[in-house]
Amino acid sequence: MFNAYETNTLQYDPSLCIGCDVCVDVCPHGAFEMQGRLAYLINAPACMECGACQLNCPVNAIRVESGVGCAAAMIRAALTGRKEPVCA
Amino acid sequence: MIVYLRKREKMAAESISVYPPEIRHTTSDLTLANTWDHLLARWAVNRMGHRVEPGLYSLGNPTPESPVFVTANYTLSFDALRSALKGIDGYILVLDTHGINVWCAAGKGTFGTDELVRRIEATRLHEVVNHRVLIVPQLGAPGVAAHEVKKRAHFKVEYGPVRAEDLPEYLKTRKATPEMRRVRFTLKDRITLIPVELVAVLIPLLILIVIGSKGAVAALLAGTVLFPILLPWIPTHNFSTKGFILGGIVALPFAIAAFFRHPESALWLRSTWALVYALLIPSITAYLTLNFTGSTTFTSRTGVRREIFAYIPTMAVMFGAGLLLNIALMFVR
Repeated sequence: MFNAYETNTLQYDPSLCIGCDVCVDVCPHGAFEMQGRLAYLINAPACMECGACQLNCPVNAIRVESGVGCAAAMIRAALTGRKEPVCA
Repeated sequence: MIVYLRKREKMAAESISVYPPEIRHTTSDLTLANTWDHLLARWAVNRMGHRVEPGLYSLGNPTPESPVFVTANYTLSFDALRSALKGIDGYILVLDTHGINVWCAAGKGTFGTDELVRRIEATRLHEVVNHRVLIVPQLGAPGVAAHEVKKRAHFKVEYGPVRAEDLPEYLKTRKATPEMRRVRFTLKDRITLIPVELVAVLIPLLILIVIGSKGAVAALLAGTVLFPILLPWIPTHNFSTKGFILGGIVALPFAIAAFFRHPESALWLRSTWALVYALLIPSITAYLTLNFTGSTTFTSRTGVRREIFAYIPTMAVMFGAGLLLNIALMFVR
């Protein structure tokens, strides 16, 4: 069965991690976990692409195309030709 | 004339930079007026008007050692914070998010690094407190880069729990448990959203009630009232397919009733009447449930985009076909 939410744009390069813990703190869905002195991406499908981890990672080890997962805003943006989907 | 001018100058000077910076006082108590304001906000009445004046607030009797909490200038955000801090002395730094809650404003960047740094400077926070720590709600993180704030304003951002209600517990250890860090979407959360969902379709809903289109009213109510309640229990992951399933169930009694309404009519006519309901109701409900993604706490943009491409054409074809058949049947009869 097709699940639209199974994969997303979150990418993490653990080789850059300095173990600051901030990604674990900011993720609202527990996608990251500290194991020893480094952060590990343990639940990537839970990512909602809010962008908090990318913005707060001081060594740019995380990449995600963040945006608002809202159909109404995206359809409105498509219809009005706006680039950035926003709330009504 | 001179007196008048001096007064004007004084007023102008005050409006540019108030020195010492004004610290407003607030309490942890919610008044009846606050509760009324919350009710109006939940019903989307004057949606952008539920604002608090941005700036620094004192809560209780804070000292220069007291903690500083950051929030948005939306009454529901500000009130959730201050009411959770009963018996705690501290400062509340309210950012100007144009009356939008912390999470949504962070996604947009208005609850963000720039505004936070600007507000720290405008309120001269470094003169008010002698520590350099800010407790920022975790859901502000999509807009705030903690290391940037440290570099630019010399304040350390400490991400507090998702929910203000967990703050008293958090303050004991200054450590959030994994549970405090998780965003939820409970039945209560989802029921709270129903009024806003209803108001969003209010005009079509009222028109459909007036013209007596029971099937369409049921489709709208299924998408805005039933769906938020039933969300986790409807099978499949995608919101569109959940909507098709829910809409299909709602359409069933209408289709059956339409089929048996005129037993003397030709079978093809009765089947077409039933088909109209089977096409229209699920397509309307599915469109609404897909739009509910914007109200949830977990759908990603990638997933929603996939859903739009995968299901909107089906919804459009079903709706268009249902509408055409409906019009055609009006002429047949």
